[in-house]
Amino acid sequence: MGQKLLMKGNEAIAEAAVRAGCLHYFGYPITPQTEIAHYMARKLPKVGGVFLQAESEVAAINMVYGAGSTGTRVMTSSSSPGISLKQEGLSYLAGSQVPAVVVNIVRGGPGLGGIQPAQSDYFQACKGGGHGDYRQIVLAPSSVQELYELTVEAFNLADRYRIVAMILGDGILGQMMEVVEFRDEEPIEHYEKPWATTGHGGAREQNVITSIHLSPAVLEKMNQNLQAKYEIIKQKECRYELYNHEEAELFIVAYGTVARIAKSVIEMAKREGINVGLIRPVTLWPFPQEAFEKVIDRAKAFLTVEMSSGQMLEDVLLAVNGRRKVYFHGRMGGMVPVRDDIMNIVRDIYKRHVKKAE
Amino acid sequence: MAVIFQKPKALKDTSMHYCPGCTHGIAHRLVAEALDELGIEGRTVGIASVGCSYNSYDYFNCDMIQAPHGRAPAVATGVKRSKPDCVVFTYQGDGDLAAIGTAEIVHAAARGENITVIFINNTIYGMTSGQMAPTTLLNQYTTTTPYGRIADLHGFPINVCEMLATLQGPAYIERASLHDVKNIKKAKEAVKKAFKVQLAGKGFSMVELLSTCPTNWGMSPVDALKRVRDEMIPHYPLGVFKGENLEV
Repeated sequence: MGQKLLMKGNEAIAEAAVRAGCLHYFGYPITPQTEIAHYMARKLPKVGGVFLQAESEVAAINMVYGAGSTGTRVMTSSSSPGISLKQEGLSYLAGSQVPAVVVNIVRGGPGLGGIQPAQSDYFQACKGGGHGDYRQIVLAPSSVQELYELTVEAFNLADRYRIVAMILGDGILGQMMEVVEFRDEEPIEHYEKPWATTGHGGAREQNVITSIHLSPAVLEKMNQNLQAKYEIIKQKECRYELYNHEEAELFIVAYGTVARIAKSVIEMAKREGINVGLIRPVTLWPFPQEAFEKVIDRAKAFLTVEMSSGQMLEDVLLAVNGRRKVYFHGRMGGMVPVRDDIMNIVRDIYKRHVKKAE
Repeated sequence: MAVIFQKPKALKDTSMHYCPGCTHGIAHRLVAEALDELGIEGRTVGIASVGCSYNSYDYFNCDMIQAPHGRAPAVATGVKRSKPDCVVFTYQGDGDLAAIGTAEIVHAAARGENITVIFINNTIYGMTSGQMAPTTLLNQYTTTTPYGRIADLHGFPINVCEMLATLQGPAYIERASLHDVKNIKKAKEAVKKAFKVQLAGKGFSMVELLSTCPTNWGMSPVDALKRVRDEMIPHYPLGVFKGENLEV
């Protein structure tokens, strides 16, 4: 039985990173994730690591690019406006295939926005954000325990594929406190990094970390390599949870904090004799289309709930591909969807799609 | 037959893409000679920047990382903090270092990062064909100051060495010139000293090298060298701005 600690979400992320062998952290304060920096500032010097508060989120992601280029496990964290600043760096990391873990504790936007939770950076995380044809693995934890487990996994994924793995949290997850049960030993995967720039020591050719290729033929080839890598990740790394799905004909699709609210809705619906299932994507990219294939035959309708104007909604529509109706309920600006509001919509959908058929 | 001069081993035996009369070739050679003479090529990671020298990794033999525009000092910080035994240098132009990269160079200097910065100042943007740089002189013609740099509209040029020397962080800052043999020799010593400062763990070192851009200045290579001597040095005086008495 592992050690159990009551922890704040942000702190669990930091502790997870250190346990995963990440001893280098570069970051900049921004609410609601600054506790990650505080934790790293206190912890890393004690374990022979390096904490550095950078002058900006731009500088921090570039320090990550530098440390990652030497083959070192490295992390930065921020919240929405700071993640916008990092987009250039994320594109360079992708083009140069330098592994790194980036944490976004999402707050309301756009612009300076608010400090309350949101899910309005889904597009930014999953559909680009930075320029160019690239992807990053996006993980969506739903509890402090998952913040810990997925952060450890993020480092393995980043190294396995030479890709950025992003933890997409929100202000509630970052600030809430829950019990975390730590494993005695973390499943740390070790990868050789012959490509790293560590000084050639006269023993090998020069290593170059770069993303510029002025010849279009060469750049196309580089892009084809990236796309091939992304195809493998799509095949192998989808993660999701199906909850109460065995006989349900209505499905809520939600991730992160909203998935927890959805589970409360599902319990409430059960008491009214309405059977609702939940599709909870855990990887937002690659988006777990197979979860939808598992339930689509029996499903009558889907309800996507997000703390946004409807971003994951578009991937749900793509996955359902016109086969069933997809409804949406969202709150913005830091407002959190309310269980009873969702329940009203569920009752309505039930009447339209399930009850009338009975 | 004795070999009395040869290409430094830290430079690849290849032709460079720089313009005729461009002093990048000389600056590259000075850096490579320092790496050779100090025997550190094998430990070195260079950070290429964005400008004419974006592909300096095609010329230097050491490990290299290509950084986003202006960010080289931050990338260098990430390398040095994760691999302190590596010798880390950046090689940046005046747009990279003094325009988009102002924050990164100031803070790397303020932190006293144990890196070496080679700053190529030719008062213009070369790669993108001749726009104003933060170091463009008043009245100088550029493609974005076609009526000359006018103080009321475009402000004043920035003296980077003097500015960074106000910080406590830097250990060694020198400005040298590449316009004639006597000054190239001094520049060579400055570059070598900067690397020695890093090897001694003394902190942040930077050498600003006054350089030419004959193509975008619209001058012959010889006239371009004269411009450095006659117009640039009066505004960008040569000398040591930090660490005059530093022994390495």
